[in-house]
Amino acid sequence: MPADASIHLFLLLWALGVLLISGVASALAGRWSERTSVVLGIAGAGMACLAGLAAAVAGLTARATGTIMLPWRIPYGAFSLGLDSLSAFFLIPLFLLSGLAAVFASGYFRPWNERNPGRFWLFYNLLVASMALVVLARNGVLFLVAWEAMSLASFFLVTFDDRAADAREAGWIYLVATHVGTAFLIAVFILLGRESGSQEFSAYAVPAGSAGALFLLGLLGFGTKAGLFPLHVWLPEAHPAAPSPVSAVMSGVMIKTGIYGIVRMLAVMGAVPGWCAWLVLAIGAVSGVLGVLFALAQHDLKRLLAYHSVENVGIITLGLGLGMLGVHYGIPAVAALGFAGGLLHVLNHALFKGLLFLGAGAVAHATGTRDIERLGGLLKRMPWTGAAFLAGAVAICGLPPFNGFASEFLIYVGAFRTLLANGGLALGGLVAVVALALIGGLAAACFAKAFGIVFQGEPRSPAAAAAHEVPRSLVAPMLVLAALCLAIGLGAGAVVRALDPAVAQLAGPIVMSDAPRGIFPIALGTVLALLVALTLALAWIRRRLLAGRSVRAAVTWDCGYAAPTASMQYTATGFAQPLTNGAWAILQPHVEARLPQGVFPVSASFESHAPDVARANLYDPLFRRLAVGLGWFRWLQQGQVHWYVLYIVVVLMVLLAWALVS
Amino acid sequence: MSGVIEIILIFLILANLILLGASRLRNAIRIVAWQGLVLGLMPLLAHRDGLVWAAILLGAGSAGIKGFVFPALLNRALRETQASREIEPFVGYVLSLLAGVGVLALSVWFGSRLPLPWPPASNLLVPAGMFTVWTGLFLIVTRRKAITQVLGYVVLENGIFTLGMVLVEAMPLLVELGVLLDIFVAVFVMGIIVFNINREFDHIDSDQLAALKEGGP
Amino acid sequence: MNAASSLHPVLALLLAPLLPGVINRIKALFGGRRGPPLLQLYFDLWKLFRKGAVYSRTTTWVFRAGPLVNFACLVAALALLPLGRVAAPVSFAGDLVLLAYLLGLGRFATVAAALDTGSSFEGMGASREVQFAVFAEPALLAGLAALAHATQSLSLSGMYAAWPAATLPVLALLGAGLFILFLAENCRMPVDDPNTHLELTMIHEVMVLDHGGVDFGFVLWGSALKLWVLGALLAGLLPPPATGHPLADLAVGAGWLLALAAATGAVESVMARVRLLRVPQLLVGAGVLCALGLLLTFR
Repeated sequence: MPADASIHLFLLLWALGVLLISGVASALAGRWSERTSVVLGIAGAGMACLAGLAAAVAGLTARATGTIMLPWRIPYGAFSLGLDSLSAFFLIPLFLLSGLAAVFASGYFRPWNERNPGRFWLFYNLLVASMALVVLARNGVLFLVAWEAMSLASFFLVTFDDRAADAREAGWIYLVATHVGTAFLIAVFILLGRESGSQEFSAYAVPAGSAGALFLLGLLGFGTKAGLFPLHVWLPEAHPAAPSPVSAVMSGVMIKTGIYGIVRMLAVMGAVPGWCAWLVLAIGAVSGVLGVLFALAQHDLKRLLAYHSVENVGIITLGLGLGMLGVHYGIPAVAALGFAGGLLHVLNHALFKGLLFLGAGAVAHATGTRDIERLGGLLKRMPWTGAAFLAGAVAICGLPPFNGFASEFLIYVGAFRTLLANGGLALGGLVAVVALALIGGLAAACFAKAFGIVFQGEPRSPAAAAAHEVPRSLVAPMLVLAALCLAIGLGAGAVVRALDPAVAQLAGPIVMSDAPRGIFPIALGTVLALLVALTLALAWIRRRLLAGRSVRAAVTWDCGYAAPTASMQYTATGFAQPLTNGAWAILQPHVEARLPQGVFPVSASFESHAPDVARANLYDPLFRRLAVGLGWFRWLQQGQVHWYVLYIVVVLMVLLAWALVS
Repeated sequence: MSGVIEIILIFLILANLILLGASRLRNAIRIVAWQGLVLGLMPLLAHRDGLVWAAILLGAGSAGIKGFVFPALLNRALRETQASREIEPFVGYVLSLLAGVGVLALSVWFGSRLPLPWPPASNLLVPAGMFTVWTGLFLIVTRRKAITQVLGYVVLENGIFTLGMVLVEAMPLLVELGVLLDIFVAVFVMGIIVFNINREFDHIDSDQLAALKEGGP
Repeated sequence: MNAASSLHPVLALLLAPLLPGVINRIKALFGGRRGPPLLQLYFDLWKLFRKGAVYSRTTTWVFRAGPLVNFACLVAALALLPLGRVAAPVSFAGDLVLLAYLLGLGRFATVAAALDTGSSFEGMGASREVQFAVFAEPALLAGLAALAHATQSLSLSGMYAAWPAATLPVLALLGAGLFILFLAENCRMPVDDPNTHLELTMIHEVMVLDHGGVDFGFVLWGSALKLWVLGALLAGLLPPPATGHPLADLAVGAGWLLALAAATGAVESVMARVRLLRVPQLLVGAGVLCALGLLLTFR
């Protein structure tokens, strides 16, 4: 029985208010007291996230729905907020990860190095508030305002370290990309609201025959934010440039607002043509495979993680595509499994990618570098960070018993169910299955590399050798996230059941004749529990067997060579080389090699970089041409204010005349 | 009957896939020869009214030319040009194979949608034929050596031949013979050209032919 | 679920070490040698489980956990694994995905343990292992997808409950594809040479160079179990339909596994290893065979 959501909405509004006020207060306080500013910022973020999380969880479990409308004097605009299962579900990872990342940030920036902490907290809290507003908005104008506030707040966070040239460059790329995306969204909202003349979501109507074109426009706009290939170019620039807790929030939650947009669009528009479903499926598969392939070729830990966001958004989109196919072909089981898998992966990706970005931040904090080739042996020096990172790595590879497996399992089963049909639909299922398996294999390779080279073996640089475990305020959020990853993995059945109303909003009522107790098999949980129990039992047996026997320590066995050095170890480049070489045509890496020559080679070097293929082959040429084309209008730019005012006057007069004449 | 046709078609598909992954020219020539030989059986099986002289003639002629004459010509060209046996493709073998599977899936999909005047002898006939055509074109596009490109033409013809089996009830013979003749001439001429180019330039990489274009480097 | 179902995991644990013995006997037969005893692996395990241990100073708990996690994954996989016509103790729609991913977790644990030593040899083995897994996993899932379509079932036990009702060419294609995967995943001949003594050419053996004593015992037992698990996926494709007597079905399944081991020994005796660069092609080929099998079942 759906409950009334006004109390939840009230709590959420309160959280938004706290975020705004604490952000502004922190910024004001930052001028005279660093300490007060930080305390204000973190206290506001913490309180708001706790309240918001409570409201969202309660709203989802009670299936609360409701809307409120506050007066707002903007043409077509209304401050109308609504909560339903879909919004409540997206709010859970949002407040959870934002809160934990805020705790991480409070320790991460110490010392602040003369940077005003108020600037960080203002934009951080503003980002969290605007993301929540995007998810709650039920009016097109309000949505766009929140969307824009979110983009701007995150832009200022990306460029927080504005003394670094690469951060400014990354911020610029991000700003351009996100506004191109927003332009598409404005078009979508105008078209949707044209018929009724109202920008309320509830009044939206799809002009006859244009559902497909509208969906495509929306996919372009929201896909840019979500980071779908080939609209992902800003992601590998902005994520590494931003401070780690911000990267965690941006990658874990903010890009999911793009997914939320697509999902909300589906819910608002109702039926979309079948080719849209196929398109979404194909984009998901391509993003997934290419994202992880690009990740494999990276040496910068955070850049690697950023490409994994492209991969995971691809997996989510693959699930949504399957769900849309299920709706289109009238197979409720496929629809339910696809949407449930996609939505669950939204939550899961927020958890493990947040964890991994925080882990990368901890590594950078302890060693001062994100270059994988200069790290190594950190598991001994940072045991907690290492263990949490390993949990995140296993989870992101989709391996049991962690949470990544649960969502990929649902998508897999959805794809296998389409295989029971014949013809084209089954082919779609085969593509999804093979793409998921390929993504899984490549992700395992990539994280074997990331974990193995960064945390295992011997340190490859003095900085890595001198690393120490990060302070408790940094470790605690990571451990919480790791524990949540395992808990959702083992208790996926309950989580999926809680998700049912959100899935039903997209897939219709969930009817599964062969799985009456929900779409997630209970026996799966049993096997996973068995796996954990077996591992513990084996550990105990091993302990008993070794008790009382000699256990000695020695050097690693290297064919009798007893003086190994750190530089003899495999490098990240070398580890991934067989795969990156195989995908040469796709990755197009730049390689500079000075190979050893002669009988007694003196020095040799090998360097490879994998620049973004979409950027190098699509956007850079496009923007170069654009710059040339727009060069024609350069005479308009006189650099004098009078001229600009004159332009405004002329345009105003022409518009006025046109309006009055016609 | 349709069981045997099915096995032939599966062989055809497998041969295409092996060809996509084959790096030795001599092997590639052998595979194409086998493909031609086995395809020669098709007209005999696809005919419903038992054996027809035209069908036997077509089968035998096609098998003879594609199974013996072409391979002999190409092997001679290989010998004379002393071409390196490895093919250095524009698209790697693994990627070619994966592309092959994708194209095969597409062919099955196309095949399921293509309206046909008669139900074909096997459901696999149209997809297999299409896939063979695409494979031939793929080889021509992505391989460097002129010999492999010639092989691509032969595979392309094999595909057209297979598709022709759909219409074997009508009068495909003339069209088929015409195509066969075209390909024969093409292979003959290319064999000679390959030989001559090699004598002049010491290699038969077709991408180096681009250097002959006007204004080229 | 019946007695035979619950008996199978126990039987697998006990009998799996026999498979490498059979392979080695067949190889000895081909080579004109007497060869090691059939029960050699049992003797080895007995010896290893009574030994102490030597650990590298570079390693951490990940190194010690690797073989245990791998072994636990394979035992958990046994719970999902039907043998011949004998259903698995646990089955549900999509259990095949869990099986494939349990194998994946086992592999990840082994690779992580190998990288923990910081040895370049083990790094090399790990790099190759993950590279080949990238091609092997889609191939395995494509094969299972073809079976799911042919039998209209989503669980392993459902697929193998009867002799899969697919045409002979389809079964042959799937069998060939799965056999290549069986050889590759178990590091047998055309992909990896279990007998080589040159670390540079190894894949699996080189990853476990540093393990000794109890840990190595679990590694060896785990490899034998992996032979059993992947062999059972193949054995289910082979003929007799259900006999009606669960225990007889179980015996038939175990018999097929021994025959498979013998076939592996024969392949190893007559084939040379392919170049490492060729292995991805071989694995993609296996996937292509499986995918082709699926496409052929579309009607």
